[in-house]
Amino acid sequence: MHMSVSDTMNINLLAVNDQQARHNRSHFDAWGLFCINVMSSPGAGKTILLEHTLRALHGAHAMAVLEGDMTTQLDAQRLAGLGVPVVPITTGRACHLDAAMVSTGLQLLRQQCDPASLDLLWVENVGNLVCPAEFAVGEHCKLALLSVTEGDDKPLKYPVMFREADCVLITKVDLLPHVPADLGRIGRHVRQINPHCGVFPVSALTGAGLGDWLAWLAQRLRANGRQRHPPRRASGLKPPSPTAT
Amino acid sequence: MHEVDMTRCLLQALEDWRDQHSIQPCVEQVHLLVGEFTCVEPSQLRLSFAAAVQDTWLAGARLSIVSVPLVGECLACGNSYRPDPACGYASPCCGHPLETILSGRELKIQRIDYSRSRICGPPAPANPCGPPTPSSPAPSPCICPSATP
Repeated sequence: MHMSVSDTMNINLLAVNDQQARHNRSHFDAWGLFCINVMSSPGAGKTILLEHTLRALHGAHAMAVLEGDMTTQLDAQRLAGLGVPVVPITTGRACHLDAAMVSTGLQLLRQQCDPASLDLLWVENVGNLVCPAEFAVGEHCKLALLSVTEGDDKPLKYPVMFREADCVLITKVDLLPHVPADLGRIGRHVRQINPHCGVFPVSALTGAGLGDWLAWLAQRLRANGRQRHPPRRASGLKPPSPTAT
Repeated sequence: MHEVDMTRCLLQALEDWRDQHSIQPCVEQVHLLVGEFTCVEPSQLRLSFAAAVQDTWLAGARLSIVSVPLVGECLACGNSYRPDPACGYASPCCGHPLETILSGRELKIQRIDYSRSRICGPPAPANPCGPPTPSSPAPSPCICPSATP
């Protein structure tokens, strides 16, 4: 004869990850480092966006990148040529970065530079519109990308990702003449789930809209007291295009 | 298959809970609340949990998952509503976007049912409730400034 008893827990299922994420965040704050978690499906253009953003902010911010991929270090190799510390994080079977992986990445970053000398850390997550949305890594800001080739309905199909995002970039708008995408519809779908996030159509290929994205980022950094220098305008960018609403 | 990683977080939380007891508790059921507006598929989580607890101190433990519906609040009129993903997430009354979520984002370990006396964990070893099986992931290296890289 045994007696069952119950313990009330009421803790988050991901409490272990959340605890590590808070720990990462405390280090970011101590170092004066603003961390941005970049998420999208595979091939939406995270790496090329980072290439252009890193170039545009060169000299204005001291930056580093934690580059997550399931296999290969190809993206990390691309970004390494831009003169910023890049730490590849190969996740193996995992389809997202978690806080412990980012902690490991930070330890490797410390072997390349003093994190306290940086003010902007980019975390490029594994390409996936599902899992990364639930796993905090300690970031201050979540950026989600959606390319015009993926379908206007993706914000409704993957609502958690677009609800969690602070900013959504609709990428590859240079392809609009060739695909049946409707920017206004995509924007409405995003705002249906997340009415206050920034939504900007961009093309890393032509530079269209990147000025809007950089202006949003500069404002966000100012709001967080992380603006060291006036933002430098990206070279060769076209005039800002209207924000999708 | 992020449910595998969620299961790992769950097992770690259960081990932390177990370590607060002087005698290893025998877990019978773990009750979870899982919101509809999360990335968790309950059947995948059950499958992952069942596989993960085999031959561990949690063998035989069952997972109970209560689904929590997504309920939003229309900020235009104050009514609560359950969005139908097929029709979108805006409020059906006023067409206001989904701003305030009243429920549906839960990912919670609500309760653990356990016994202090029953022998647990088939196959029965010599000391069925002996030292815990090390099944938790290796702790992440600390990034504290004092830690050695």
